[in-house]
Amino acid sequence: MSSIGTGYDLSASQFSPDGRVFQVEYAVKAVENSGTVIALKGKDGVVFAVEKLVTSKLYEPGANRRIFNIDSHVGMIDSHVGMAVSGLIADARQIVEIARREAANYRAQYNVCIPLKYLNDRVSMYMHAYTLYSAVRPYGCSVILSSYDNVDGPQMYMIDPSGVSYGYYGCAIGKAKQSAKTEIEKLKLTNMSTKDLVKEAARIVYLVHDELKDKNFELELSWVCADSKGRHEKVPELVYAEAEKSAKQAMEADSDSDTEDM
Amino acid sequence: MSSRAPVLVENYAPSYGPHDWMTAPHSTGTSIMAAEFDGGVVIGADSRTTTGAYIANRVTDKLTRVTDNIYCCRSGSAADTQAIADIVSYHLNFHAMELGEKPLVNIGAAVFRELCYNYRDSLMAGILVAGWDKRNGGQVYSVPIGGMCVRQPVSIGGSGSSYVYGYVDANFKQGMTKEECVKFITNTLSLAMARDGSSGGVVRLGIITEEGIERRVVLGNELPKFYEG
Repeated sequence: MSSIGTGYDLSASQFSPDGRVFQVEYAVKAVENSGTVIALKGKDGVVFAVEKLVTSKLYEPGANRRIFNIDSHVGMIDSHVGMAVSGLIADARQIVEIARREAANYRAQYNVCIPLKYLNDRVSMYMHAYTLYSAVRPYGCSVILSSYDNVDGPQMYMIDPSGVSYGYYGCAIGKAKQSAKTEIEKLKLTNMSTKDLVKEAARIVYLVHDELKDKNFELELSWVCADSKGRHEKVPELVYAEAEKSAKQAMEADSDSDTEDM
Repeated sequence: MSSRAPVLVENYAPSYGPHDWMTAPHSTGTSIMAAEFDGGVVIGADSRTTTGAYIANRVTDKLTRVTDNIYCCRSGSAADTQAIADIVSYHLNFHAMELGEKPLVNIGAAVFRELCYNYRDSLMAGILVAGWDKRNGGQVYSVPIGGMCVRQPVSIGGSGSSYVYGYVDANFKQGMTKEECVKFITNTLSLAMARDGSSGGVVRLGIITEEGIERRVVLGNELPKFYEG
């Protein structure tokens, strides 16, 4: 960014002369420093895969998870909306809380689950509001929302720090989003089963992981699909183990063919 | 003469002395009804609005539009139920704009319930919410006086309903055709109107399906006749 420090980057409420809001662009940078998050939408479900970077060996496993459940029924622990986040985890947790509050309010008022399209509108409006005022800074995170039901099928939206959101067939955010997107584009997403999506998502996370810069990471996998009866949950242990195994095998096969080329 | 303010009542007929029509509430002393059939719902109501013993309107329309695919049958205070229907209609129109699609019938019923429950001490309203949506098809919800909300395949309401519970139990069948359902509702309402002093006039009907609503009316001289003993 060549124009750093020209004085137009101190406030989110001021444009630069060429029409940019630097604070928002810096927030996007914060997301690009974070572990890669991949979301794939197939014919009957959505899958999240997160490369959760572990910066110290002293952390307990499973700390600072980046996949959240959003809307659960009163007295039940199952949820029909999932959220995967990338960027500053503390900022992201605030967005999770807002989304949960919106979902709970909707249920209190209308006695039904919140439609994902509506939740996405509300959360993106909220994030956008933080790009408008000098007293606040934009959220340093991007979030992906997912849900599944029989009538509307699988749905997925991604919101970035500017508050802009789109529906996606497949998307990637974080460090290696470029190479992850290139991999995703090779897939025929619309007619893939959820089980295949899990494998592909895990494979891509392992593939784009940079072992030189970030040594350790935990793979997080979740889905919301027809098989899980519209519930968003961690993938079962068996599915997880299988996906991780085939991801590692694919990596080995890949490195073998690399040496053959040489 | 009583000092009570006049109120139109659409489901019961309290007495307020010899000139009660000047002072009694406007109410729809009513027979209302809604039933699911294969492909939608049929709603029906009599057409009598009373001010005490005086018939303030003999051709009332108690089947009120909330959205294109959701209607309600009103009973109780005419003023209360009209106001509630207007407010729910506003909420659902707003919600439809936010969602970009037609509101679901159960959402409509939840909004009715919210209002009727929160203001239960000041309202006299017994409402049937009925309609069709793409998710759950034809649906009937009953929101009676305390602000409860329950889904029923068939529901009756108003003062006339007490006379025909047995008829409904004996004759309602799940998965009727449209015309069978229309006949069933016309018969039930005619029986209720014959017995209930504060119900009468014509039978108004609405048939809500995927295509929208079809309105019908059965005039007083066209009503089916039953034994009157």
